[in-house]
Amino acid sequence: METLKKKIVVIGNGMVGYKFCEKLLSKKGSENFDIYVFGEENRPAYDRVHLSEYFSDGNADKLTMAPFEWYLQNNIHIHLGDPVVHVNRQEKTITSLKGITQSYDKLVFATGSAAFVPPIKGVEKEGIFVYRTIEDLDMMMDYSKKCKKGVVIGGGLLGLEAAKALLDMNIEPHVVEFAPRLMPRQLDEDGGAVLKAKMEALNVGIHLNKSTAYFDGEEAVTSLVFNDDTVLLTDMVVISAGIKPRDELAAKIGLEIGPRGGIKVNNQLATSDKDIFAIGECALHEGMIYGLVAPGYEMADIVASNLLNAEKEFTAFDMSTKLKLIGVDVASFGDCFGTTPDSKTIVLQDKNKGIYKRINITADGKHLLGGILVGDAESYNMLLQTSKNNIVLPPNPEDLILGARGGSEAGGSGVMSLPDEALICSCENVTKGQLCEAIVTNDFTEVGQVMKCTKAGTGCGGCKPMLVDLLKETMKSQGKLVKTELCEHYHYSRQELLDLIKFHKIKTFDALLSQFGHGSGCEVCKPAVASMLASTWNEMVLKPAHAGLQDTNDRFLANIQRGGTYSVVPRIPGGEITADKLIVIGEVAKKYNLYCKITGGQRIDLFGAQVHELPEIWEILINAGFESGHAYAKSLRTVKSCVGSTWCRFGVQDSVAFAIQVEERYRGLRSPHKLKSAVSGCTRECAEAQSKDFGIIATEKGWNLYLCGNGGVKPQHAVLFASDIDTETCLKYIDRFLMFYIRTADPLSRTATWLNKMEGGIEYLKDVIINDCLGIGEELEREMAFMIETYKCEWKEVVENPELRKRFTHFVNTPAPDPVLEFKEERGQKFPNGWGTKI
Amino acid sequence: MIDTAKNTKWIKACSTSDVPESSGACVLLEGEQIAIFNFTTTGKWYATQNLCPHKMQMALSRGMIGDLNSEPKVACPFHKKNFSLNTGECLSGDDYQIKTYEVKVENDLVYVLV
Ligand code: SRM
Ligand SMILES: Cc1cc2nc3c(=O)[nH]c(=O)nc-3n(C[C@H](O)[C@H](O)[C@H](O)COP(=O)(O)OP(=O)(O)OC[C@H]3O[C@@H](n4cnc5c(N)ncnc54)[C@H](O)[C@@H]3O)c2cc1C
Ligand code: SF4
Ligand code: FES
Repeated sequence: METLKKKIVVIGNGMVGYKFCEKLLSKKGSENFDIYVFGEENRPAYDRVHLSEYFSDGNADKLTMAPFEWYLQNNIHIHLGDPVVHVNRQEKTITSLKGITQSYDKLVFATGSAAFVPPIKGVEKEGIFVYRTIEDLDMMMDYSKKCKKGVVIGGGLLGLEAAKALLDMNIEPHVVEFAPRLMPRQLDEDGGAVLKAKMEALNVGIHLNKSTAYFDGEEAVTSLVFNDDTVLLTDMVVISAGIKPRDELAAKIGLEIGPRGGIKVNNQLATSDKDIFAIGECALHEGMIYGLVAPGYEMADIVASNLLNAEKEFTAFDMSTKLKLIGVDVASFGDCFGTTPDSKTIVLQDKNKGIYKRINITADGKHLLGGILVGDAESYNMLLQTSKNNIVLPPNPEDLILGARGGSEAGGSGVMSLPDEALICSCENVTKGQLCEAIVTNDFTEVGQVMKCTKAGTGCGGCKPMLVDLLKETMKSQGKLVKTELCEHYHYSRQELLDLIKFHKIKTFDALLSQFGHGSGCEVCKPAVASMLASTWNEMVLKPAHAGLQDTNDRFLANIQRGGTYSVVPRIPGGEITADKLIVIGEVAKKYNLYCKITGGQRIDLFGAQVHELPEIWEILINAGFESGHAYAKSLRTVKSCVGSTWCRFGVQDSVAFAIQVEERYRGLRSPHKLKSAVSGCTRECAEAQSKDFGIIATEKGWNLYLCGNGGVKPQHAVLFASDIDTETCLKYIDRFLMFYIRTADPLSRTATWLNKMEGGIEYLKDVIINDCLGIGEELEREMAFMIETYKCEWKEVVENPELRKRFTHFVNTPAPDPVLEFKEERGQKFPNGWGTKI
Repeated sequence: MIDTAKNTKWIKACSTSDVPESSGACVLLEGEQIAIFNFTTTGKWYATQNLCPHKMQMALSRGMIGDLNSEPKVACPFHKKNFSLNTGECLSGDDYQIKTYEVKVENDLVYVLV
């Protein structure tokens, strides 16, 4: 049927081609167009930016931008697996490989780019790949099964991502870079060096200043030979040496092409033919190919808008980037090398922690030009906004990179100082003003809602932390945020709820909810209340009234792991264990084929148990004298010890005996977050007591007590709290300290965070515990005595109680185990087979 | 809504006591893993696929249930993505969608429309 609608033909259904359709459809007047899409790949457009996730979950659907049906629903005529092979500019028609001829009024090239493959001898050998499409990944994954070692050529953004992908496939990755440093386009020498060290710590081999002469090997590649005659053996190669715009069709039909490739476009993104546009990675604007998705989206929007008579223009786009490698933060933005005349540079380098931060500011110190962050890119978003929006810097600009020194709130107020036009999400083009408006008009209270409504944060996800801040601050400014509220179901803080529980002697979640809350609860308030109930009444956490409140780990008294199996960690107080007990652990592991690992907490973790096996395993362990190690609970984990005075020539007290005493005293104590402790036999501190929530170090005269330290995400040393105290005093202080923490800390805040927020700090804590300034010392001790007296091993209770045991099955209507569990073998032990793939 | 053209039928899944109070359990029905949820305080029952679409884990039945602005939901135990038990929509801002099933309780037995 012939229509009067205008025909738009889009060549290429990649990220930008898709975005063009989406943008066009979203605009008023789009019903006057008929859209035809021809894509060379067999599947509808997918998210290339997150391509690497395909390695970990093998789920292509998740990457799809919009399913095939979306195109049909929106009346888009889509032809996949059918590239356009010719364009007749006079007659304004295109012809596809399968022979379809289609006329057009306007034609849009969104043909993207291909990986650039340098003409190195031997590059056609088997085992050499590029990294651009899902098919590339399928081929790599298939081939990688027989590989141990892999080389990535190119140490740029993509190359490093490819290296991480190799790592995920359990292949020893090596990166070969021609330049003298990694990410030469984004990083300076020092930043590159810090990144190199970080990558090496992740077991990625880095080879700089290397240019490959040829690939060696019979049919398949077996090594790279460099121009300096050195050789690097390998089983496979991934080439990531840059991109080459797909301009071959455009060139063939006589459109103007840049000297080094790319379809030349003007500010309206029109090519040398006014009815033909080019957008995305195939377009060459002012001598520049933008290899990022955000500028491509912007181009898509401009062409779509202009087709509907807008007058938008594309101007230079910001090329700031943040690498999304797990474990290494790298970002670079604006004028990162400080090439602006007379600019000044401030550098912060912490070799110990592997942090490098550099900012370049204007000569007058008023504005931020750009910078580089390696090792800690938390402030990236704020810095980027500060430079983009030309915000006047504080008198001490170095504060920008020194980080928040005394609290994490610093970022919060920062967001609000941005102007409304500040672009927060550059992938989806959402400004601060739009976000605030959406939050206010829709009464949003959660980031998820904001993301859904505005699409911000759904691209690369880099702006998510800013969205959170913005939401919080906007709510606050409306006087809405009473942040101490536990969640939407309770208008009380944790401390208030705990008081209510004690005062009204409330014993169940439902009772508390019906009296003081509303709704049905959620995954925030349920475990928090469960923890409060447990540290007040010490009832078995799996009693029917409590079981449904527990986080999965508590509900099955074991940590859930990849694939849905669980781990088993028996308590080994102080790390001391007899040969007989070791044998039992070995026997259990053998019988149930469990992966064994010595943990960082001086005990043994057995992984890979299926839910129905847990009670049987624990029955054997309990009969051999073990008890639960509470590795799954927010409660005391381990009390580490060193060998101490009984064996060690330096020891001044029996640290093992005391560690066991402490561990047995506080085992199973439910608390706002997990608790760790250690006892060292002398100041050499082999038990690392100063990194614990409470740590004890032996002195000639007694013990030194340290409080509120932790390792983990934000390490903090414990503070000396009391010196040369005797055993009894030490335990008394710890009793009071722990109970006071349980009473007053926010849910999921470790003791260090709790202390950091405490008004008066450590001096106040001393006042409460040593001087009893609140007069609650004895009460705290009494409460602790109750907890110690009523302690029971939860696993023993489950093992002995058939009703509770019954809950440990995967299905309730058949005894069959979970049929989708998959394992593989490595280093002689059982491993889960990555994240699930089966549906 | 029940689609008669779809050839669905009620299948007995388990007895009410098989599903712990205010939480979920998993059943195997015609080869499919289905999570059943028991809201003890309101007496309501829901069922969804057991598979969490985020990392493809058979886990939703082990998640905590509750509500978000009165919308009944389950939080996956792995990364706490929330799913509406009414519509199957992901409430955490991602584009996931899970299958939901009709449930009814008769004589202490739980039936699912499959
Ligand atoms: C097994 C073990 C790693 C190992 O192989 O050595 C381990 C494994 C896990 N740790 Fe850990 N941590 C282990 C020692 C540590 C240590 C070192 C230590 O305790 O000496 C730390 C840093 C010290 C500290 O906590 O102060 C540590 C800091 C964390 C953190 C970050 C805590 C923080 O406050 O920043 C988490 C996440 C959390 O708790 O929210 C975590 C969480 C986890 C979880 C529970 C993650 C999870 O939910 O699956 C892992 C579960 C393992 C399992 O299935 O059993 N693990 N974890 C160690 C068990 C010790 C034990 O015997 O109980
Ligand atoms: C692994 C990886 C990680 C990345 N990470 C990031 C990142 O973190 N941040 C970022 O901003 N960018 C990133 N990028 C770049 C980003 O993916 C691209 O900028 C974006 O995909 C460009 O979109 P496009 O539509 O222009 O090109 P493409 O997505 O390549 O789409 C072009 C499509 O056109 C098809 N085509 C070509 N010729 C024809 C023809 N004649 N007829 C029909 N169809 C044709 C191609 O087959 C292809 O499907 C990454 C890229 C990769 C590969
Ligand atoms: S550091 Fe701890 S939480 Fe992280 S992977 Fe290792 S064991 Fe798991
Ligand atoms: S697997 Fe369910 S939230 Fe990640």
